[in-house]
Amino acid sequence: MMRLTLSSSPHQRVKRSTTHIMQWVMLAAVPGLLGQIWFFGWGVFIQLVLAVSACCLFEALVVWVRKKNSVFILSDYSAALTGWLLAVSLPPLLPWWMTIIGCFFAIVVAKQLYGGLGFNLFNPAMVGYVVLLISFPLAMTQWLPSSNFSEIPTGFLDCLSVIFTGFSVSGHDLEQLRYTVDGVSSATPLDAVKTALSQSITYSEAIDTALFNGGLFSSTGAGWEWVALLYLLGGLALLCLRVISWHIPISLLAGVALTSGVLYLCNPDIYGSVIFHWFNGAVMFGAFFIATDPVSASTTRNGRILFGALIGFWTVIIRTFGNYPDAIAFSVIFMNMCVPLIDYYTQPRTYGKQA
Amino acid sequence: MMKDTEVIIQQLRDKKLGSFPGGVHPEGKKALSNVNPIVTLPLPERLYIPLKQHIGEEGSILVEAGQTVLKGEALTKTVNAYSVPVHAPSSGVIESIGLHPSAHPSGLPEPTIVLKTDGLDEWSTLSPHPDYEKLPAENLVEIIADAGISGMGGAGFPTHIKTNASKNIELLIINGIECEPYITSDDRLMREHAWQIRQGVDILRCILTPKHTIIAVEDNKPEALSALSIAFKDASHCTLSTIPTVYPAGGEKQLVQVLTGQEIPSKGLPSDLGISMFNVGTCYAVADAVCNGKPLIERVVTLTGEAAKQPKNVWALLGTPAEYLCNAADWQPSKRLGAKVIMGGPMMGFTLTSMQVPVVKTTNCLLMPNANTAFPGNNERPCIRCSACAEVCPASLLPQQLYWHAKGKEYEKAQDYNLFDCIECGACAYVCPSDIPLVQYYRQTKAAIRNEQDEKNKADKAKLRFEARKARLEEEKQAREAKFKKAAEAREAAKKQSQSSSDAQAVPEKPKSAAVAAAIARAKAKKLRESQQNSNTENTKNTE
Repeated sequence: MMRLTLSSSPHQRVKRSTTHIMQWVMLAAVPGLLGQIWFFGWGVFIQLVLAVSACCLFEALVVWVRKKNSVFILSDYSAALTGWLLAVSLPPLLPWWMTIIGCFFAIVVAKQLYGGLGFNLFNPAMVGYVVLLISFPLAMTQWLPSSNFSEIPTGFLDCLSVIFTGFSVSGHDLEQLRYTVDGVSSATPLDAVKTALSQSITYSEAIDTALFNGGLFSSTGAGWEWVALLYLLGGLALLCLRVISWHIPISLLAGVALTSGVLYLCNPDIYGSVIFHWFNGAVMFGAFFIATDPVSASTTRNGRILFGALIGFWTVIIRTFGNYPDAIAFSVIFMNMCVPLIDYYTQPRTYGKQA
Repeated sequence: MMKDTEVIIQQLRDKKLGSFPGGVHPEGKKALSNVNPIVTLPLPERLYIPLKQHIGEEGSILVEAGQTVLKGEALTKTVNAYSVPVHAPSSGVIESIGLHPSAHPSGLPEPTIVLKTDGLDEWSTLSPHPDYEKLPAENLVEIIADAGISGMGGAGFPTHIKTNASKNIELLIINGIECEPYITSDDRLMREHAWQIRQGVDILRCILTPKHTIIAVEDNKPEALSALSIAFKDASHCTLSTIPTVYPAGGEKQLVQVLTGQEIPSKGLPSDLGISMFNVGTCYAVADAVCNGKPLIERVVTLTGEAAKQPKNVWALLGTPAEYLCNAADWQPSKRLGAKVIMGGPMMGFTLTSMQVPVVKTTNCLLMPNANTAFPGNNERPCIRCSACAEVCPASLLPQQLYWHAKGKEYEKAQDYNLFDCIECGACAYVCPSDIPLVQYYRQTKAAIRNEQDEKNKADKAKLRFEARKARLEEEKQAREAKFKKAAEAREAAKKQSQSSSDAQAVPEKPKSAAVAAAIARAKAKKLRESQQNSNTENTKNTE
């Protein structure tokens, strides 16, 4: 008597798995990562290695405590991806232990304590980021100048040394490394404009400084716009491969454009332009790599459009009127909270049902 | 609500097709089996004919073990409107009537007639009606019912019920979509027997008198389409429509949406829209039944899949065991992956539990897969809410939400998300990156809800029964009490009666005492008179 294998329909499946999706997202983030390394030094790469290992380690640990198969769960690459997304959001020379704390909150608190992959209400990487931003506001805003401005060039060993000891091999501390050729401590473009505006300098004057010279657009910081463009490229690749759908990124960019456009039209002296908001800070990265995290995003088609658009809206509002220079993380977490509500009210009409 | 048929037809002529949301494009793999003509196989030694091969109820058995039957002889009899008979697919002896593995995902044994064929394949007397136009519609419906025809596309709904629709049918749709991958039985049938399909359509038109008929074929079957276009060349009020290939375009609801832009109401029927839909195979069988007098005893079955070395389409007698057919297709199951046979297509078919499972009226394919994808390991991962399932759902459901509630056994929530509008097409599970057997979850939940409903109905009935009993007991008690009371009263009355009768006995005493009193009075009066007579003073005293 022959033994027949039983299974339930469908007996045929597409080959793309959750693991593949995570891998594709990482692959698409590689150009942006290379851009960041190019402009901001080896620190980015060291943070990446640090965060990815820490996240995987934390995940393995919790999964082991929960008595599940850690090899199987780690093989979905979601922990690695979280580490990656957190790492590229951090200032390149952030002390190592802060990165570890960020990873702990991302994986253990935001993800595993909520039940693991698929059950987390909030974007783990952004939870890790926000915890660090609120706990260590100074360290979290100390970005290095784009490499073509920095006074003291920093090599791989210097970065490693600063991250782990606070001093570079040549004995400089982070503050000294942040000096630009002009002899001023560097700030991110968003930071610089925010500070300038608070000192009653107009927006057009604020972007007419060295930091914005050599940029691709007049309103974007040198280096930053390239990174944004590279993430845009990676994001478009994900769209073409249908790893992500267009709804969230496009509506997010539209939300940013609409909000900043209206403000800019009202008063171009104090509000940044659409290009300024799109290509500075984390909007491109956030639109294609952060807000598109399916677990914590809205699941309906219309819901996703709303979800993305509102993230865009809040990002510009917080950037413009809030205390923090960038706001993708806050907006994403805030909209994560709204997801159950959005999902409930944007259910599609089922076949054969009255609207 | 109902769209005008003229408008629909004009839109079809203008090639303005509707569409349904979602859908998937699995590899068709139709060329494996659709290149060669349908072949007839030698007679199998034994045929296993389940009493029930359709949705509804089984008929009552007309034969007994040991009896000799001729090909086409009815084995069961219709007992009510929802049952259709089964017939002997060949001549031979009824070997036994008992339980046999069923053509159902569960494989649970069901009542089956085992027929040992005698190799003569001798027909019983047939009564063809080539002049069907002259027959009244009721007679045609009866012929269809007696021929045991039920829908051959999948669900197996008795055809005569659909033809006997009380509602006015404006549009007749003939479904030649065959959207499941691998299956080519309808494709071959349309290519080779377009004329008989035309005949069947004509008969159905005769019965239903629709304003218009649409024959719909997917655009991946150009040969079938050209064969049909020849057969239907001179047919008036018939439109041949090619629709884009996408799974599940052949679903009744989806096809209605594509062709007419309308949606069958939830829990409703196509007839609510004045539409009736039949599969091409059913049309063929209708023509066979009416024009040739042949009952439904065989059908085209596709034998295909990578493990079938000689994939083909065959005319399989109903009741032919899967083993016989798989051997005919030179099945070489993989040693590494194991043996698996799917009845139906890869999207909605079910795996056989036994190689003895017979072909039934709804069996369109035996799929013998050999690909890794058909043998999923236990790779189910957590749902990452990616919504790939929602994107492909043709019913615009939110499968991940349904899954969530199904898994949590939140049956009310699952129904709030319209679980029962799921057609189980499997598109969601097909695209799920986490390999979640979504449809399986929905089936289980539906079954659980139905069970719960049954339990509730049962409990309600029990409650009613209990209350009726309680009321009855109460009534009886009251009746009893009333009776007791009455009896008591009667007793009381009787007692009183007896008392009063004792009184009555005293009645004679009464006059007696009265007499005594009278006597006393008299005595007194006498005394008085005497005393009056005796003294006036005494008299005065007395009168005071």
